[in-house]
Amino acid sequence: MSTTDFLSGNEAVAQGVRLCRPRVIAAYPITPQTTVVERLSEMVESGELDAQFVHVESEHSALALLMGSAAMGARTFTATSSQGLLYMAECLHYASGGRWPLVMMNANRALALPWNIYGDQSDSLALVSSGWIQAYAESAQEALDMIIQAYAVAEDPNVRTPILINLDGFVLTHTYEAVSIPSQAAVDAFLPPRDLPLGFPGTFNLNQPQSLGVTAGPGDYTVFKYLQHAAMLEAETTIAATATRFAQIFGRGSHGMIESYQAEDAEIVITTLGSIAGTVRMAVDALRAEGIRAGMLRLRYLRPFPCGALADALFGKPRLHTVRAIGVLEKDISFGHQGSVSLEVKAALYEHASRHRSLTIPVINFVAGLGGQSISTEDVIAMYRALEEANQAGQDHDFPHLATPGLTDVRFAGMENFREQDQHQDLA
Amino acid sequence: MNKISIKTLPEDEYFLGHKGCGGCGGTLVLRWALKVLGVRCFVVVPAGCMSAIGFIYPQMAFGVNAMIAPFAATGAMLSGIAAVVRARGLENVHVVGFAGDGGTADIGLQSLSGALDRREKIIYICYDNEAYMNTGVQRSAATPVGARTTTSPSGQVTFPAVKKDLLRIAAAHGIPYAATASVGHPADFLRKVERAGQIDGPSFLHVFAPCPTGWGCPADRTIALGKSVVETGLWPLVEWDHGRVTINRQPRSFAPLSSYLDEQTRFRGLKPKDIESLMKERDSKWAALHAWVRESTSSAEV
Repeated sequence: MSTTDFLSGNEAVAQGVRLCRPRVIAAYPITPQTTVVERLSEMVESGELDAQFVHVESEHSALALLMGSAAMGARTFTATSSQGLLYMAECLHYASGGRWPLVMMNANRALALPWNIYGDQSDSLALVSSGWIQAYAESAQEALDMIIQAYAVAEDPNVRTPILINLDGFVLTHTYEAVSIPSQAAVDAFLPPRDLPLGFPGTFNLNQPQSLGVTAGPGDYTVFKYLQHAAMLEAETTIAATATRFAQIFGRGSHGMIESYQAEDAEIVITTLGSIAGTVRMAVDALRAEGIRAGMLRLRYLRPFPCGALADALFGKPRLHTVRAIGVLEKDISFGHQGSVSLEVKAALYEHASRHRSLTIPVINFVAGLGGQSISTEDVIAMYRALEEANQAGQDHDFPHLATPGLTDVRFAGMENFREQDQHQDLA
Repeated sequence: MNKISIKTLPEDEYFLGHKGCGGCGGTLVLRWALKVLGVRCFVVVPAGCMSAIGFIYPQMAFGVNAMIAPFAATGAMLSGIAAVVRARGLENVHVVGFAGDGGTADIGLQSLSGALDRREKIIYICYDNEAYMNTGVQRSAATPVGARTTTSPSGQVTFPAVKKDLLRIAAAHGIPYAATASVGHPADFLRKVERAGQIDGPSFLHVFAPCPTGWGCPADRTIALGKSVVETGLWPLVEWDHGRVTINRQPRSFAPLSSYLDEQTRFRGLKPKDIESLMKERDSKWAALHAWVRESTSSAEV
């Protein structure tokens, strides 16, 4: 029997982890992740969760420690955020290269300098190429569900790839909502056993000693990396199948790699990720009431990147109306270029356009929510209006090709806080 | 348990066919220790010489379960293995780390400290060849004063360097067992490995392991240097067992430093006054050591 409780995003993650019964949990505090490991420590102390709870000396050690545990065939968990995630950076690539099926939660938070503890997505996006599957939850419920599904996906013999589940710092990690908590029996039936089977690749064996985490020369290295890439691509199928199976058992969460909201007949579409999707939905509703064909696509996974699903959602199915302008709303900037998610989306659009010899359509990158800056429904509505303008410009004046250097349309929200007098000061 | 000795040392090999240099002291440490501990070992070595020479796909040199750790994370990876050993109640296994001096005294110190603090049931063995050898002989915090490296070409540094005292750093964590050893005294080393294997908790061994390639000495002088360093008093053989400190070998009088230094090109730059100060440093180290023995004898539970 499932139960319903009033939980924060972090608490929902802790509940999800408890149900997955990891053998080893490595804990190191960092705001706004800390309440995850606090709740888990309580569960371990009370005996609710039978796990080794290890107080590590750093995030780098947390992930290294769990690789040791995973090499022993044990299910593991840790959580981090921001500076902590970047301090782990070496171990992220290490774990994915070692193909250990780790599951980690990240509270998306801004990166220093300047110091800032509030939410944005700079941390995980800086590590999008680290070989981890990256998921972005919108709600506490989705976070709990993603954690449970993550173990099934990561431990699939064809995937064997670690997974990072991202929750927007504070906005999601510390916001409370009613969350349905599945029963232990249901989760036990859904997941494989908590110990990987003897002989699972990447694990030790006392009867047949193994050397793990090896060195490889240029030729073999390429083969290992190709196989890693292939497994990550393959994971898209496993993620979809796992979500379908999850929905059959638990009655929710049938979304694939992308969640579509009013996008089927939309002319202007904002692509986004994480908890801001709730606000975007409200903006869509408001614009629809005005008769404007607005829609949203929420990227639930950034790795593997759902190129096909994105093109399909925008152009694939027979549509009454053509998508005329696309926005990418993200809490991140890749300095000197544009937002990281915008780059991802545009790459997918180009793939589609080049295959179909079709023209590109205007794409505006909205960079907002940096360092916890709030994004209101009105802000998002203004973004949609900007997309409409871009569409008009395209029709009236042959909108310039967006790939032209220097003409990339990146708009920073919140620049009204810009202080003229600070221009000449070195803020950092 | 049978006392291990050179005569009873098993013929089984658990670290063989690696690509180590001729005369490598570090590989001897691994080979001998694994003979004592046996096949039921989970070994961690960080990025460094041992991982570079022992894990070149597809030719693996370990006959026991072994993995490479990120350079800074030997202690953490050992802890992760130990946690699962604990969770499953696995018995008669050893969780063993072999890291060099750079991987221990510098980049790996935080992770080692964490593992010792948590009282993980691990054996951590530092093979000390007194510099970063895998990258081509750069100075570490375990490089002795006056030794030339590729990042201290004159052998001099601009600060009053004292080789980090890893034994006392480990012992300061209040762990059950810590000791120094030298490849020049294999019987003493083997006994200490055996003792470490009996400890319920962390144990730490700091083992002198010459590197002919980095030190500029003939490859067949590894064992001889491992003996002369002890006779000169530059490398005391010491044991910390549950708070009790024992000096395992007390030279009646110290051999002249030249008997150790002159065989190595890395010490060519030393002037008489440098050797004078090395002797002073050695003598004060021994005075501190005797004081530590007295202190431990009066305070240890006997």
